[in-house]
Amino acid sequence: MAVLDLKRKLAILSDAAKYDASCASSGAEKRNSLGGKGVGSTEGMGICHAYAPDGRCISLLKILLTNFCIYDCAYCVNRVSSNVARARFSVKEVVDLTLNFYKRNYIEGLFLSSGVIRTGDYTMDEMVRVARSLRLDHDFRGYIHLKLIPEASPELAAEAGLYADRVSINVELPRDESLAVLAPEKDAAGIKKAMGRMRLHIEDRNEPVKAGRARPRRFASGQSTQLIVGADGARDGDILARSAALYGSYQLKRVYYSAFSPIPDGSARLPLSRPPLVREHRLYQADWLMRFYGFGQGEIVAPGEDLDLAVDPKTAWALRHRGDFPVDVNTADRETLLRTPGLGARGVDRILQARAQTRLTLDDVKRVCGSVKRAKPFIVTADWTPGAATDAEGLRAALVAPQQLSLF
Amino acid sequence: MRVARLESEIDFDGWRTAARALRAEGVRPEAVVWTVERELFDQGLFPPHEGEGKAFGVPAAFVELARTVILHRSPERFALLYRILHRLERQPRLLDNPADTDVAKARDMAKGVGRAIHKMHAFVRFRRVEDVAPETPREQYVAWFEPAHRVTEAAAPFFARRFANMNWSILTPDACVHWDRAMLTMSAGADPADAPSQDAQEEMWRTYYASIFNPARLNPAMMKQEMPRRYWRNLPEAALIPDLIEKAQSRTETMVAAQPAKPSERVLKAALKHARGSYGEGNLTNLEEVAAGIQVCRRCDLWRDATQGVPGLGPARAALMIVGEQPGDQEDLQGVPFVGPAGQLLDRAMAQAGAPRDRVFVTNAVKHFKHEPRGKRRLHKTPDRGEVQACRWWLDAERRLVRPKVILALGATAVQAVFGKALPIGKTRGQRQALDGGELALVSWHPSFMLRIPDRDAKDRAYAELVTDLKQAWKLAG
Repeated sequence: MAVLDLKRKLAILSDAAKYDASCASSGAEKRNSLGGKGVGSTEGMGICHAYAPDGRCISLLKILLTNFCIYDCAYCVNRVSSNVARARFSVKEVVDLTLNFYKRNYIEGLFLSSGVIRTGDYTMDEMVRVARSLRLDHDFRGYIHLKLIPEASPELAAEAGLYADRVSINVELPRDESLAVLAPEKDAAGIKKAMGRMRLHIEDRNEPVKAGRARPRRFASGQSTQLIVGADGARDGDILARSAALYGSYQLKRVYYSAFSPIPDGSARLPLSRPPLVREHRLYQADWLMRFYGFGQGEIVAPGEDLDLAVDPKTAWALRHRGDFPVDVNTADRETLLRTPGLGARGVDRILQARAQTRLTLDDVKRVCGSVKRAKPFIVTADWTPGAATDAEGLRAALVAPQQLSLF
Repeated sequence: MRVARLESEIDFDGWRTAARALRAEGVRPEAVVWTVERELFDQGLFPPHEGEGKAFGVPAAFVELARTVILHRSPERFALLYRILHRLERQPRLLDNPADTDVAKARDMAKGVGRAIHKMHAFVRFRRVEDVAPETPREQYVAWFEPAHRVTEAAAPFFARRFANMNWSILTPDACVHWDRAMLTMSAGADPADAPSQDAQEEMWRTYYASIFNPARLNPAMMKQEMPRRYWRNLPEAALIPDLIEKAQSRTETMVAAQPAKPSERVLKAALKHARGSYGEGNLTNLEEVAAGIQVCRRCDLWRDATQGVPGLGPARAALMIVGEQPGDQEDLQGVPFVGPAGQLLDRAMAQAGAPRDRVFVTNAVKHFKHEPRGKRRLHKTPDRGEVQACRWWLDAERRLVRPKVILALGATAVQAVFGKALPIGKTRGQRQALDGGELALVSWHPSFMLRIPDRDAKDRAYAELVTDLKQAWKLAG
């Protein structure tokens, strides 16, 4: 076999990693390299060092250790039956690349995933060696995210958590039944058990330390997962119900949604039609409503149904509950304001702050919220009332976004 | 007209001294001209009356805001800040009104400055320079950067924390900052030619940038919003953007036209071999098979949102079997029955009753955790009759294999599963009853019932009764 140069390997193994939606580098415990021997810091918020022309941020060196894989998951470009070019990094190559990129301020750290070679344990062990070398040999204090191999032993997963800030396992398909069809070797139950074990590890670490005892070693501060949207027949309601269950069961920091994307050398087992990118966007908005706006999953969309692609989920909810509107921004409580289209969490805080001193006009709301275009039919201010507009038949049409994103 | 001259564009202390004196003197905002020019306005220079007038205080938040806003490139920032300072005299809570025009403008500027600092943290690209003195080898990095506002000094501490053990300099047109692994120092603004023009890693970085981009998701508007064009000039990867955008369409079309590929026969055969989800009903000969069967059970829908099935635990031949309701949050994660709060209570009661847990078979009527997500928590939900009925199949298998002499059913769900019908626990507890299988059965309170009773006395009474019932069950089991 021809030996590939490092640049070619990097091209192959970052190309293979681009379908993983996660790029977050936030939420790590704060630390810096002052007083240490190496480089690196994390300050709570991650930094996006560049943006690709697909609009997605680049904050981490996101690569696979190898794209050889013994599995045959239909949606995955690296499945064993795919004819893509293959490559494999050595542990040292990944360590050097990470440090070289980091010292030039290209990245926040490393996101390492891998195809499964030989066994789950063998693959996981290689990935742990990368993280261990970065942390122990090079005193690297930047961000590390490791993708766990669900079949790997619990001990290896636990060791991964000693070095990584975040670990994740991809659930991939929202319905366990589809996993059996599209990813025959993957075991939904095994994935859930691994996430359950990881939650227990993380909680152990967060237990308050008794006086006189040593603080346990660092452990990942969170885990996340990814769901592929549109590769099976799952509706948005099913997907969000699965997310709600995952958040509650495993204390996930994030569920990522990745619209199934055409891949080179795709499989015949996949559906022909592909979801529009806007569907992914709407799922993120709905997920946001569940996590930060107090919406129950059932309020957003029922299982078996899809989100409205034309309007955002909060607007869609408001259109179904027109009787609750308009709300008076000068008197309504926080919860009610948070449920009003066009008013974000920060805007609502500012409204509450400002109205202690003044009766807000439409211009005032515009200044603190940036825009009142979407909110206008749903709010009353000192100088504005929507009148019959809240109940107007054409309201939904008026609120529809002018253009939709499309995948092609 | 008064003229206030500052030492530099970001001379906050100078601005504060001047503004303080002007306001003490009662000078109206419209009557002040702010400048950093030296040659202009050589008369009426400020401050002529420093220290006069009555002292005044301002909210700490204003000082913070002013420190940030002064870094903005807008020429009107000094006047705006003075206008707010002036207004604070009559409106001490002015800053708490984010809807005020002046406040909103100052906050916008502060936001712009914050964004410029953030973008500087993100878009500085260091280049490694060769050691000037090879006898003392050290890594030296230099970057050229053009910040949107005058934020070089404000952005520098971040780089010192992150690259504490490197020597580096960041050169900008306004000012330069240097770190020698101990101290930050500033120097005057520089010229792009003063910085190195390349770095060996840039070719690798460009390779990464081009490869991580997915052409099927092209969205340049989003990219430009987050990575404004003004920064592109100094980003080594940005030169690739036009070509990546131009070729995205054809790359995607080629990809789509090429599929689907036919998967190999060998691979499909291997995949079939791995198909999961069957268990041999009816021929379960030991508890391991029961445990394995529970993992893949699809007799009801509870498996879907549960982590795993939780089979009973205990000796394969135990004289006493304790049946609870269903696994809870901790049981679901660990795969072991009675390890959560209710389990700990049961352990305590068993120890008090003299019934050693390791000699008792402990299990649940329903093997999967039924719950409802509520934010980041899972709320326990009582299983319905259908679910209890579906899961009885597994409990019966455990009963058949363990062959206990006595079964202690804890709570209504367990009673339903063990007796096949509902019984009032308050009335029937303490009474032994014969089951069709020949076992003796007793009923008692479920420990989680005690965790939920608010009344202290009632709680203690129920706990005492559970201990009594455990004692009797253990004695009957002999």
